[in-house]
Amino acid sequence: MKPSASPASSGETSPHVSPQDRGQAIDDLVTGIPFFGTWRRVYLLVFGTFILWVCLLAALSRIFS
Amino acid sequence: MILLDYLVLVGTMIAIAAYGMWRTRGRRNLSGYLKGSQTLGWGTIGLSVMATQASAITFLSTPGQGYESGLGFVQNYFGVPLALIIIAIVFLPIYRRLNVYTAYEFLGRRFDSKTRLLGAGLFLLQRGLAAGITIYAPAIVLSTVMGWRLDVTILLSGSLVIVYTVSGGSEAVSITQKYQMAVIFAGMFTAFFVLLAKLPANLSFSDALTVAGAFHKMEAVSLSFDITQRYTLWSGLLGGLFLSLSYFGADQSQVQRYISGASLRESRLGLMFNAVFKIPMQFFILLLGAMLFVFYQFERPPVFFNQTAWEYQVEHGAREKLLPLAEQYAAVHAEKEQKIEAWLDARRTGNHGVETTARAQALAAGERGEAVREEVKKIMRAAERKTSANDSDYIFITFVLHYLPHGVIGLLVAVIFAAAFSSKASELNALGSTTTVDFYQHICNRDASDVHYVSASKWFTALWGVVALAFALFAGLSENLIQAVNILGSIFYGVVLGLFLVAFFLKRVGGTAVFWAALAAQSLVFILYFTLTISYLWYNFIGCLACVVFSLALQAVLGPCAKTLDATVTA
Repeated sequence: MKPSASPASSGETSPHVSPQDRGQAIDDLVTGIPFFGTWRRVYLLVFGTFILWVCLLAALSRIFS
Repeated sequence: MILLDYLVLVGTMIAIAAYGMWRTRGRRNLSGYLKGSQTLGWGTIGLSVMATQASAITFLSTPGQGYESGLGFVQNYFGVPLALIIIAIVFLPIYRRLNVYTAYEFLGRRFDSKTRLLGAGLFLLQRGLAAGITIYAPAIVLSTVMGWRLDVTILLSGSLVIVYTVSGGSEAVSITQKYQMAVIFAGMFTAFFVLLAKLPANLSFSDALTVAGAFHKMEAVSLSFDITQRYTLWSGLLGGLFLSLSYFGADQSQVQRYISGASLRESRLGLMFNAVFKIPMQFFILLLGAMLFVFYQFERPPVFFNQTAWEYQVEHGAREKLLPLAEQYAAVHAEKEQKIEAWLDARRTGNHGVETTARAQALAAGERGEAVREEVKKIMRAAERKTSANDSDYIFITFVLHYLPHGVIGLLVAVIFAAAFSSKASELNALGSTTTVDFYQHICNRDASDVHYVSASKWFTALWGVVALAFALFAGLSENLIQAVNILGSIFYGVVLGLFLVAFFLKRVGGTAVFWAALAAQSLVFILYFTLTISYLWYNFIGCLACVVFSLALQAVLGPCAKTLDATVTA
């Protein structure tokens, strides 16, 4: 085993970042979804959908029980 | 099943497997074989993750669950969207940044070699045992209702999945899963709409929901704080979150699916696809079961859905007890049907008095019918201990075989096989990858060529496939053993999740502390398992919590130097 900094624990990144990797990193920041361009918005959308489902299912339970 | 059904079944299964093998022919490097060269789009990843989780039993048992207990089981999946959001934010970027082949490789980089081997070993133990069940469980149901030989069903279905998984690796698994999911969706939607079409002509969809609701089949969400109640919003959120975090975040059969995305974005969107569609999918399958229940209010169901077991017991000694109960059940059913029709007629004409009375009488008849079914189950269990008294796995397949048109029957049996193949393939792929990367490459042979590792990975995948087949063929599995494997999973899952949570969130804890903490937590879980009588699902939570708390305590005793050294060692 060789001692070295763990990227997971130290958060270090390689000093030699290729243009391709940089492009990929920028690409990863964009979600590509219209009106939901940031990941924060996507997560909120997913969370909102989840809440909506729970509410709809609760309403269904109430209406038909 | 007639020739047309067999053509649809065999044609669909072989065509998908052959296409997966053809698309992935000639994979020679390890990344290509284990991660599909990371070229997959979010749609393929999303369907692949969904297909891995949805086993054949999902499509056999869940409609039966909806029939017996209603929609409440959907709450078990309430933790999934939350867990997937956490995994997309925390777990996934780290897996991709470190470019790992397995989740346990991350444990090695974060902690040390021994912790990596512990995580990988726990996974192999748990998944290796479960692998036989994934083949066996649908085979026993299908062979029973179809009259096929169990060993031939296991061998044929198991061999095909081994061949294409070994041949094409991770990418073949993902590609075939995409088309298997297409078959599953097509089959389930067809079954649902045929079922609705077979309801009485004067029964609207709203009437059907009303009937299901009266018999407590529409209670999807329970806000009760009663901990003895099986499914509630709270147990779904808390228990489901822990289960989903450990399953999606620390189980290689899932991790391998989403790290093979072309980019972080594709992998994340694949996970979000599941976060959005998992609950609706489960709701739909349960609703299918609830509609089956309504269908069987107007069509007399068998008193015991496993007809092969029923006929065997009638022929071999329990005739005097069973046949009178079947007659009693038929009489109660006829009375119930009459009362339901009277109730619905009164509801349509606005006659509230008759409506209330007829409804109460229908419900009372329903309870008497359930009492008869319980009596039958008791007799079935007493007559032959190996016979499962739980016939809910046979409810949907009985409907498929008796009421769907030919061709569609073949498609629905293909759905069950597609689901079995998709989850089996992911398991074998993950077992082969973990054995190759975390044990063979890490311990035995560090400097071989990619071609060598691909070859080793193929051999290990095939070996696990053979182990799974042997387990399914020779272990003499019964329902108790299936449950035993589920218990085994819950006993180990919590500690594995604990290892990962410490790795991600407690950066000051080192490898030595977490390793011994995990062993102590695992021992505690074993002791509690043998001394307490709580539901085995709780061990997920207990194991995880114990691992985290023990890690913190041990690290405090060891002091900061040891953990800093551990954290900076790359395995």
